[in-house]
Parts: sequence; structure tokens; C-alpha cells
Amino acid sequence: MNLDSILLIEDDRINALAFKKGLSRINNDIELITLETAENALQYLRNGNNIPCIIVLDLNLPKMNGIEFLSIIKNDATLKGIPVIVLTTSINPKDKINCFNLQVAGYFVKPLDYFELIESIFNYWKKSEFTHPIKEKSQPQ
Amino acid sequence: MKNNRPILLVEDDKIDAMTVKRAMKDLKITNSLVHVYNGLEALDYLKNLKGEDPCIVLLDLNMPKMNGIELLKVLKNDSSFKKLPVVVLTTSNAEKDKTESFNLSVAGYMLKPVDYKQFVDVIKDINLYWTISEIPD
Repeated sequence: MNLDSILLIEDDRINALAFKKGLSRINNDIELITLETAENALQYLRNGNNIPCIIVLDLNLPKMNGIEFLSIIKNDATLKGIPVIVLTTSINPKDKINCFNLQVAGYFVKPLDYFELIESIFNYWKKSEFTHPIKEKSQPQ
Repeated sequence: MKNNRPILLVEDDKIDAMTVKRAMKDLKITNSLVHVYNGLEALDYLKNLKGEDPCIVLLDLNMPKMNGIELLKVLKNDSSFKKLPVVVLTTSNAEKDKTESFNLSVAGYMLKPVDYKQFVDVIKDINLYWTISEIPD
């Protein structure tokens, strides 16, 4: 299983566009799904859509915030295996430690230039294996 | 890496451990490498830390005494260790190992390349990623 899809949860359209542009400079084959709220993301993940290889999560979101989303995902037997990477403006040490205790697979402070960041995320996860929890669950044991 | 704390390598194969060490040297990575041979030794090291916490753990899966999955289960149920990012570095391509590792929230699952240049590439990308990413204090 290769890195073929990313779910980006980001309410700021300019940041979402910057991420999309940065990614398309590196690779055009990855499916990027962008959702603006954590509620929509949960609904998307639970509605039988293809499970993304990784989730890139902003923390400061309207209504349900990123930390709340993480707590839900990591307590969901079907979804907890998806690596979640935080991409935020928050340099608050409390946010950082909360996120690592909630098992994030990376915590990135939003830079001015997205390109180096996205390239590093891409190069790293391109080398990783993945599983798809929903598909795996439906297989006979 | 983001900081200069040691990297903890849990690996029973001496040659693989030497390869990691050599790759780090070739890439001029200045973090020290603490090498232990299995999960039990890793726990013993972490519980009796004299110096700094490791910045990340590089974890092999197939090991005697306590294997990688067993170690992950212990670490991720321990409030002082669960924040540690663990990157699996293994030859196991088994679906079961991948699923179990990700369900225990590993921060990456890399297959060990046989070719040295590709091995260096993996270590390079792990190093760069964890240089740009924050690391828990």
C-alpha cells in the first residue's frame, strides 16, 4: 500500500490552497480531500469512503477543534490506525504535548513557505507502508 | 533531528544496527544512537534513564524475548512513554504486523531496504521529517 490519498482538515481556504499547490508541485497522483470542519471529516470517515493514508489536521477549527477530533479518532477501533499529522500555528507547549499523548505522527508549525514542509512529509510517508482499517476489517479472519 | 537528544534503536540484528549507525555518520546526523537488542532491554533503558529522553524510537519488530509489537503495547499504555514517536524499521511485510503497528499508533512503518544507498535515503527522510516536526519535550 502506497501513499495515495491525504485527508486535509483545514478551515482556512488560503492555507488549504497553499497545501494543495505545494503537493501538486511534488506529485499529481495523490488524491487530496479537503474538508473544512472536524465534524465533516468524521462523517466522511464513517460513511464508508476510502480511508485516507494520512490525515493532516489543523488544530484551531470552528466547533469541534483538532484535539477533540484526535480524541475521537484514537478511541475509534476502526479509525485509530490512521496516522494523523498536525499542521498548526499553535506553538503552545500544552497543545504539543496533548497531541503527542494523543498519538500524532508529527506536529508541524505552519511555515511561511509550505513547499519544504510538504516535500518532507511526502518523502517520509512515501516510504511508509499503510493499512486500510475498513478494508482490513471486512476481510474474513 | 529537532533536538540533540539520543535516538533509541531497538534492533536484534547487529549488522542492521551497524548499517543505521553508518548511515547516520554518512548523513552527519549528530544525535547519539543508543542501541538495545530487544523490547525488554528497551524498557529497562527507558525506565532507568540517566540522561535525556530519546527524541524518537526506531523499532524492529522481529526480536527475541520481547518483540516490537509487545514493546509498543507496553509503551502506548504507559503515561510517561506514550508520547514518544516510534518509527517501525523492519523487514516484515506482513499485513498483520502493519495493522497491529498502526493500531498502536506508530509514526511510520518503513521496510528496511537491502541496498545501502536506499537505506541511507530512508534514514535521511526520517531525520529531515523529525527535524521539521516538533518533538515532545
